[in-house]
Parts: sequence; structure tokens; C-alpha cells
Amino acid sequence: MYRYDQYDRQMVDTRVEEFRDQVKRRLSGALTEDQFKPLRLMNGLYLQLHAYMLRVAVPYGTLSGKQMHMLAHIARRYDRGYGHFTTRQNIQYNWIKLDDTPDILAELATVEMHAIQTSGNCIRNISSDQYAGAAADEIDDPRPWAELLRQWSTFHPEFTYLPRKFKIAVIAADEDRAAMRLHDIGLQVKRDEAGELGLAVYVGGGMGRTPMIAPLIRDFVPAEDFLSYMEACLRVYNRYGRRDNLYKARIKILVHEIGAEDYRRQVEEEFLHVKTLGLDPPAAELARIRGFFEPPAFETGLSDEIDRSDPDFAIWVDRQTVAHKQPGYVIVNISLKPIGGIPGDASADQIDLMADLAERYAFDELRVTHAQNIVLPHVRKADLYTIWQALVEAGLAEANLDLITDMIACPGLDYCSLANARSIPLAQKISQRFAAPERQRDLGELKLKISGCINACGHHHAGHIGILGVDRKGEENYQLSFGGSGAEDVSLAKIVGPGFSEDGVVDAIEKATEVYRSLRTGEERFLDTYRRVGLQPFKEAIYG
Amino acid sequence: MAESLRYRTDEAHEEPAVTLDAFLGESNATAVRIEPGDDVRALLPHLDRLALIEVAFPKFRDGRGYSAARILREAGYAGELRAEGDVLLDQLLPMRRCGFDAFRPIVPIDPAEADRVLTSFDMYYQRAADGVAPIWALRHG
Repeated sequence: MYRYDQYDRQMVDTRVEEFRDQVKRRLSGALTEDQFKPLRLMNGLYLQLHAYMLRVAVPYGTLSGKQMHMLAHIARRYDRGYGHFTTRQNIQYNWIKLDDTPDILAELATVEMHAIQTSGNCIRNISSDQYAGAAADEIDDPRPWAELLRQWSTFHPEFTYLPRKFKIAVIAADEDRAAMRLHDIGLQVKRDEAGELGLAVYVGGGMGRTPMIAPLIRDFVPAEDFLSYMEACLRVYNRYGRRDNLYKARIKILVHEIGAEDYRRQVEEEFLHVKTLGLDPPAAELARIRGFFEPPAFETGLSDEIDRSDPDFAIWVDRQTVAHKQPGYVIVNISLKPIGGIPGDASADQIDLMADLAERYAFDELRVTHAQNIVLPHVRKADLYTIWQALVEAGLAEANLDLITDMIACPGLDYCSLANARSIPLAQKISQRFAAPERQRDLGELKLKISGCINACGHHHAGHIGILGVDRKGEENYQLSFGGSGAEDVSLAKIVGPGFSEDGVVDAIEKATEVYRSLRTGEERFLDTYRRVGLQPFKEAIYG
Repeated sequence: MAESLRYRTDEAHEEPAVTLDAFLGESNATAVRIEPGDDVRALLPHLDRLALIEVAFPKFRDGRGYSAARILREAGYAGELRAEGDVLLDQLLPMRRCGFDAFRPIVPIDPAEADRVLTSFDMYYQRAADGVAPIWALRHG
């Protein structure tokens, strides 16, 4: 894991003091709410329906046990005893008091954490593959690249008042576990023909009210040009991104309106200029960062055998673990989607338990996934049973990874001031309807995603089944869409037809799953069957 | 409270600034005012005869002026670069890093407060237009 040096530490400590001063000026009235808003947003502080919400950055989704314990402590001391893990691999606290925030940030800083740029019209926390450093299919660890980006983008003076927020994801495997092309910039680490590492750059993806898949802008940016190229991409956006309409201000609209070709031309031109300015750190800096992400001291000669005599444990192993690149080890996914629960929520006690497990059994590392679950990236197969027993005890042993109850849902109208409809109660109803484990497993991989408004924080455009909550004449109404994917087979979901009530949409989903069961062939997932047969048979069953 | 803040040692240039169009159209003006939508690169052939470039910030949230400032400094402009308009205390530091060396805020800023925020950070992660060595350079010498 990356560890701060004196410089990193000083940056974060200075920020805490700066924010303490800003809060003081707000409370004294020296700053108006309008003036304070962009300042607090750049520190992750939102004013929600009932209270302030604080979003804490988990850079590229990686945490140590100590950091995870701190998240539990903050939930207990400053919130109501729980936290909410988000689709950008961060954590949010929903019941924060403004005057506590400087102290919270100071506590976070003691474990090298912060809330810098987790909101506001700036470059947000960088997201990445939750299996980084463990996945058998990666060509490099994406996190050193993400850390380079984190440092470059932190308090970047030119890009602090962008037209709109800016999200970057980095992956380094062909399987896309981070919805890379649905980001403002998506980066894929790759090798050129000479075997040198660099990045493919996709620009202009995103969800929100106008979902777009990012086009490829540059097939290969060499490592030594990486940050200059990013600077050029951002500068073109800062200068020409739309500022006349909040809803058209994301970079995807710029790229769409001028076309990928013209955007590329402008970026390449700017890059030629920017490259002369000496913005790129020497190779030694990437090497220094890389040193923090060396593989842990894996034991060798371990057995790959797992004792499967406990049937419930065997089911959990099959569902929640993924191949590790090191023999004898495995990647463990911990579900934050218990039946009837709130997707992504964890209590302080659960957070502490996961931290303990990481410290004891996973080389002190945890990951947050964009699907709002937690990962223990490096676990000995021999320890799986012990870990599972502890998870069962804590209500964290649901075996539903990528199944219909492993939903993404935004906080919705229960918390969010932008929402038009509630997401959480709907997620709970769907979860209960499909609670039977055999039924879920029979339906197979089925990614269901719920957003409570068109801002699409619940990724409904990328759902095999997506649900969008809207307000129809004062009534909550839910639009159903099928066929989205945030993976390497990226696609945007299409609306099925007229919307439903809360119960109506649960019934409609059930009918759709029956259509799938009757039409699937071989190993087809719901998404594959939908892609093969099209919308019609589903539509007939749902509306017929 | 001062009307404006200036971080230069030369004499203030008081010729009124003309619009970009007017400047490019004819004049022998030595001061020009850039609006957020103007392409500042149009000035690059004329930098040596400019003593003051004023960049307008009608709304503090509109950050185009930050790129304008950097482009001017990157092209070697050494005259006064002034941010004018909805310029707030907490923006002085990023503006300064982008190359602004004078500020004329609509609501005056206390110079002592300005000094405090301008010196609040001792170092930065990235290179900008202020000539300060970034942290990676400190790390690797």
C-alpha cells in the first residue's frame, strides 16, 4: 500500500487547517453559504435533506486495516454507527455536524486519509480495479498509475473550477471491473510492441442524464508523457466545456458535440505544447510509488485444496471467491448486500470486523468495490473457513456476488436532496422477492442497478436490469431498462416501456426473469439472452 | 482594505484595458481585457507590447481564466496579469499559481488575509506557472 512521506503528510495536514479556517469563517458569517459551498464540496461535504453528508476518499479503493478501523471509529463517534460505501469506492457518512468536520478530517489525517476532492467541480478521487495486485489477468498493478494521478490532481490550480465534476478510472486487465469507459477519462494500462508500459486513453464517457461510452482518444500514451497528456485533455475541457447549462457541462457533451476526432486534434495540439513544460515526473517517481505496491510476502508451496464438507461454506466459496495469481491464495468478496438490507451500508462493528480479518488474514489490505462490496485481496485458502465463520457471525456472509440481490443502489430520496424517488425501499423489496438462494443462483449473473433520479448515481444505465426512479405528478414512478453493462462488453441499457409503481416494477422484473429462464440457451446470462432475442419477448410478458 | 492587490514591484500600469476585439482590430493599446469566452492565444503574437492583461471573472465558478493565465505565462508573458471580478479569498492561491500577480476583486480582500492564504501551503504536487519546484522534484532532486 502507498504510505505517505513527509510531503504527502504535510499536504493533508495543511488542508485540514485550511478547512478548519474555512468552517470558522462560515460559522462566523464571513463566508456566505454560496461562497462556502464550493470550498466545502472540495472537501467532500454536502448539505443533504436532513444533515451534512461527508464523503471520505478511499484512493483507488485500497485501505489498510488501521484505516478501516478509523472509518468504524468515525461512524461511531460522529455519525449514527454506520457508513455507506459508494460506487466510487469511497465511504459516506450521512449524519455529520458541520462543526465536527475539521476534527473528523484531523482524525482521518492520522491514518493518511482525507476527503479532498470527493466532490466539487474538480478531479475526483481516482477509481480502479478492486482486484489490483491480486488478479490473475492483470498485466500491471493499476494503482501506482492511479497514485500518480492522485498527486497530480490534488489541488491542481488550473482545474479546480472545471465546468463540472471529473472522474477518472484506471484498469490494467482486459476484464473491466471498474466501468472504465463510463468515466470522464478511462485509462487502460497496456504494453506497446516494444513491451513498454503506457496507457490507452478513453475520454468522454459517463452516466447521468446523457449516458455515453467513452471513445478511444489515444491508443498508447507512453509512461513518460502520461501526466502531460492528462493535462492537455483537461485543459481543452476547461477551456471549451460548456458552462451555459449545468446539464451539458460534462466532458462527454463536449466530446460528443465537437466529435472525438476534433477533440483528439485539440488535445494532441495542446499536448505538443504542454510536453515542453516539464510537467512529467521522472521515471524514478513511478518506480518509487511502485515500490509501495510490491506483492506481499506470499507463502509458497501452499495447497489449493479447500475442505468443502460444510455445504453452506462451499456455496459461499463458489460465489464469493475469485482466482488469485498466487497458488494457495484466493480473492474474497464480502457482500454488503444482505437480503432486505441497504446496499453498501455497514455498521461500525462490521467495519471493525472486516478490518480485523484483513489484519489477521489478508496482509492488512481491503478494497472497496464500485459495486459497493468489500474485498480481502490476498487470502490463504487454508484460512477461508475461519474467515467465513466470522462473516456469518457478523451478518456478512451473503453468497450473492453478481447475482440479482447484489444490487447497486444510490441513497435516493431517503437521504439525497437531488433524488426524485426512493431507491433503498425498492432495493429491499427486490432483494426480498428474490431472497431464495437457489432461485438467485439459477438466474445467474444479473446486475441490477437502481438510481433515484436521472443523475444515475446508481448506475442504472449500466445495469443488465436498470431502474430509474422519477417523479410523476408527485408519485414515485420507476422506469425499467435492460441491456446495460459496465464491464468490458460495455453497453447502455434501453428503456423497456412505461414506468411502474414500486410494487409494479418488482413484478415486472420477476416476469422478465421468467422470460429469460424460458428462452436462455446453454450458459447464457440474462444479458446475453436479452442481446440475442431483443426487447420484444420481455415487453410482451411485462405489458401483455 | 485595499481596492486591489498587487504582487509586482514595477509601477502599476493604469492605461484602461480594451477588449480583445478592439486590441486585435487596430489599436496600439498596451492593456487588454480577456473575457471568459475569449481565446487568449490570439494575444500570443503581441505579448511584447502588452503591459497589462486583465482576465475577467464574472462568476467565481467559471474557471476558464485559470487556463488563460497559464497559457499566457507559458508563452513567456511577463507583464502584469490581473484577475478582475468575482475573485474570492480562497481563490487567490490557485490563481497565483496559474500566474496571476494582481487582483481586483469586486468585494475588497484584506491584504493581511490574502497574505495568510497565499502562504498557507509550502509545497505543491504539480508544476504550475509560479516556478515552484513540485514535490516530485524535491523527492528526486
